[in-house]
Amino acid sequence: MAENGIGAAVPRTEDHRFLTGTGDYTDDTNLPHQTYAAFVRSTHPHATFTLDTSAAAAAPGVVAVLTGADFAADGKGSLICGWAVTGKDGEPHKAPPHPVLAADTVRHVGDAMAIVVAESARAARDAAEQVEVDYSPLPAVASMREALADGAPQIHAEAPGNLCYDWEIGDRAATDEAFARAHHVTRLDLVNNRLIPNAMEPRAAIGDYNPASGNYTLRLTSQNPHVHRLVLAAFVQIAPEHKLHVIAPDVGGGFGSKIFIYQEETAVLWAAGRIGRPVKWTADRSESFVADAHGRDHESHVELALDADGRFLGLRVSTLANMGAYLSTFASCVPSYLYGTLMQGQYTTGAIYCEVKAVFTNTTPVDALRGAGRPEATYVVERIVDRAAHETGIDPAELRRRNFIPSDAFPYPTQVALEYDSGNYALALDRALELADYAGFDARRAEAGARGKLRGIGLSAYIEACGIAPSQVVGSLGAGVGLWESGGIRFNPTGNVLVYTGSHSHGQGHETTFAQLVSDYLGVPFENVEVVHGDTEKTPFGMGTYGSRSLAVGGSALVKAMDKVIAKGRKIAAFSLEASEEDVEFSGGDFTVAGTDKRMNIAEVAFSAYVPHNYPLDELEPGLEETGFYDPANFTFPAGTHVCEVEVDPETGVTEIVNWVAVDDFGNVINPMIVEGQVHGGVAHGIGQALLEGCTYDAGGQLLTGSFMDYTMPRADDLPDMTVDTTCTPCPHNPLGVKGCGEAGAIAAPAAVMNAVTHALGTSAIDMPATPQAVWRALGSQSQARA
Amino acid sequence: MPVDISLNVNGKAVSAQVEDRTLLVELLRENLRLTGTHVGCDTSQCGACVVHVDGRSVKACTMLARQAQGAAVTTIEGLAEDGKLHPMQEAFRENHGLQCGFCTPGMVMSALDLVARNPDPSGAEVREWLEGNLCRCTGYHNIVKSILAGANAMRGGS
Repeated sequence: MAENGIGAAVPRTEDHRFLTGTGDYTDDTNLPHQTYAAFVRSTHPHATFTLDTSAAAAAPGVVAVLTGADFAADGKGSLICGWAVTGKDGEPHKAPPHPVLAADTVRHVGDAMAIVVAESARAARDAAEQVEVDYSPLPAVASMREALADGAPQIHAEAPGNLCYDWEIGDRAATDEAFARAHHVTRLDLVNNRLIPNAMEPRAAIGDYNPASGNYTLRLTSQNPHVHRLVLAAFVQIAPEHKLHVIAPDVGGGFGSKIFIYQEETAVLWAAGRIGRPVKWTADRSESFVADAHGRDHESHVELALDADGRFLGLRVSTLANMGAYLSTFASCVPSYLYGTLMQGQYTTGAIYCEVKAVFTNTTPVDALRGAGRPEATYVVERIVDRAAHETGIDPAELRRRNFIPSDAFPYPTQVALEYDSGNYALALDRALELADYAGFDARRAEAGARGKLRGIGLSAYIEACGIAPSQVVGSLGAGVGLWESGGIRFNPTGNVLVYTGSHSHGQGHETTFAQLVSDYLGVPFENVEVVHGDTEKTPFGMGTYGSRSLAVGGSALVKAMDKVIAKGRKIAAFSLEASEEDVEFSGGDFTVAGTDKRMNIAEVAFSAYVPHNYPLDELEPGLEETGFYDPANFTFPAGTHVCEVEVDPETGVTEIVNWVAVDDFGNVINPMIVEGQVHGGVAHGIGQALLEGCTYDAGGQLLTGSFMDYTMPRADDLPDMTVDTTCTPCPHNPLGVKGCGEAGAIAAPAAVMNAVTHALGTSAIDMPATPQAVWRALGSQSQARA
Repeated sequence: MPVDISLNVNGKAVSAQVEDRTLLVELLRENLRLTGTHVGCDTSQCGACVVHVDGRSVKACTMLARQAQGAAVTTIEGLAEDGKLHPMQEAFRENHGLQCGFCTPGMVMSALDLVARNPDPSGAEVREWLEGNLCRCTGYHNIVKSILAGANAMRGGS
């Protein structure tokens, strides 16, 4: 292995700037003549309203106060949902308009009604307070069940009964038949709690307009600058694509929340055009809580049918999924095609049926959050499997092993529309059990019991579909975009390399990983490789970073580009070395002529390509720069087993995680240090969901968890040290054999924690987050039941 | 009401005219353009804005600029000397103690105050100390590892 090549734990290139305070986050930039924006947001969950902006407009330092009426007068469009899910009835989902600035009706607390632009951030905020809003409150509904009930307040005329879609996947009749011959049926009602993403960097945007050229520039916190540009150009129609430059500089975490095209950046860009000056907006955290798309929020009823040997015959799932007040950019696909399609888990379950009702409520829109549908699916599958194990008396590890898809059964077509490409589930389970000393658990439980503590152990054998994804597949399922990725390789005359990727790094370390890949593949010194991302005028059109896709799809695009570079380099070397092209080989950065000592380093080839004094120009173009676009043949399917061990204090209800083992199969690994870090972070997100985080609305739609004082983020002393290991079955269909690692922890962890907690408590009657109060109550109701 | 203040930031004397409600973090970021100190919340929970004021860690969003009159403030930009990372910064780099980098300046500044008070902390002590610093990326595992390694290096360990 080369020192900085594929497989090496190379310290990150990007770290120096982050560690010295010289990163370049959106809020770190101020443009000449810049103004500042503040939004007037609804304090009501549902109301009609009128605005009086006269006092605000006259306030000191105010440049403009713009409303939904102004936006409409400019003929601009509304925000869109880019994935049309077709329901059981064959009809597309209901996607009511999502105004950039609400014009007459607000539908959730935080809905933006006006943008105030002023000479300073303080002046903008002060003036926003002076916009007089005359609300006429309407009945509001925050709960999905109440929203679906007869007589519920109607949130959109376009969505009768507040139903966005009623969708299904799988074979209902076959599943009913499987249940009819079941020896045992396990049933469970599960809540997948709503989460608030809380990337540490709040969203921010700076819009700029150049009247001389008619060009717009938007600098913002985005995971996918080209997608932002596409939507703002083609749908909202702020400016045509070629007149809109989108830059996503250093971005302080995304987790999905910075994929979406929101009200604020749209309004800021439009306002910049209106006033002819740059407009900057940076969310404060209170705004993030009401205006960043939330995640999860499912209620499910789950049934698992088993035969006498504990084999899974059928799985039946019925889910309500909260969409919030409007359909966010990719909201519709999360509880459908990223959820129902994962119900096979790692198992040979013979028949599966999953139906999902997506529901509008007077709450902040819900969209993808780290894992996006797959954590919810894993939670359903792994909780019911664990419950079945305890009901049937079969050890949870043994029950899983008994039902695993065998390692020789790949490619494996699932009951829910996917084809798993590779895996070895028993290998990961066995390794995890060994690292967790599963065999020694009973002794540890007894010892903990002697100390008055309840000890439990929980497994989660998760699977995810990543590397999103084949355009043909997602297109057939309703996606409005293709999901390939781009990569470019530009050799400079002096032999160093610029790498362009359409994916975006906001913590994942692409500047290091992609440089390792290119350095290794092309035989160029690591320090001679620079990765460029996050700028629509620098990189080829790309789809961005989410769904653990950057390396599997974007890295593969770079391989395509590098193969083109090598092919051209071979021609150049053949010409320069006076050899036949077929005799030129490439290895370790050198082109050599077979059977001779003639060689030419790729840096020399690059120099030659830019100094083509004697080139046969009709056969050979100057320059050494190539672009690749990669559209995968399939998703990738990372999988593995996580083991969580907890101790619960029955006196206080406090749950302590005393051990965590993660064994993941990510296929080949480029930088194991970065991969471990991704697992740590994902697990922490999942533990947060299971034990701490719970977004709560009151019945009327007021957000009760609107700050870090009310919404419990995982802190260092809430989390354990983690043991992280990997197994490897390479992905067979991408050139790197990689699968993706960014979401695995968040997908695996919640079920592992809750299986451990319910094991410790001896009851499954507890939902996430298993706060001390929830645990204490669960224990109390148990002792009451016994009394 | 504008007020004139003067203080020392990263070893340099600075003076500025600020509004009386200007926060220390705003002075650093907007007046002095020291943008390494970040703002991640509005309730003094996240710790992305931690700097040192007269040697002690302070959340710069929680202090008015005028309260720093005459103080010596150190920010993340003041740690590396002649382009060489401070041992704590280097430990974060070597141990992958950061991902998106947004919480990192606060983490490093907070860690240095811990080590000043407790040169040889345990992992549990590090976790307890970090109560006021949030990170969404790392799960803290490698931050704890980094701080332990940084403390060791500052004690002269290898």
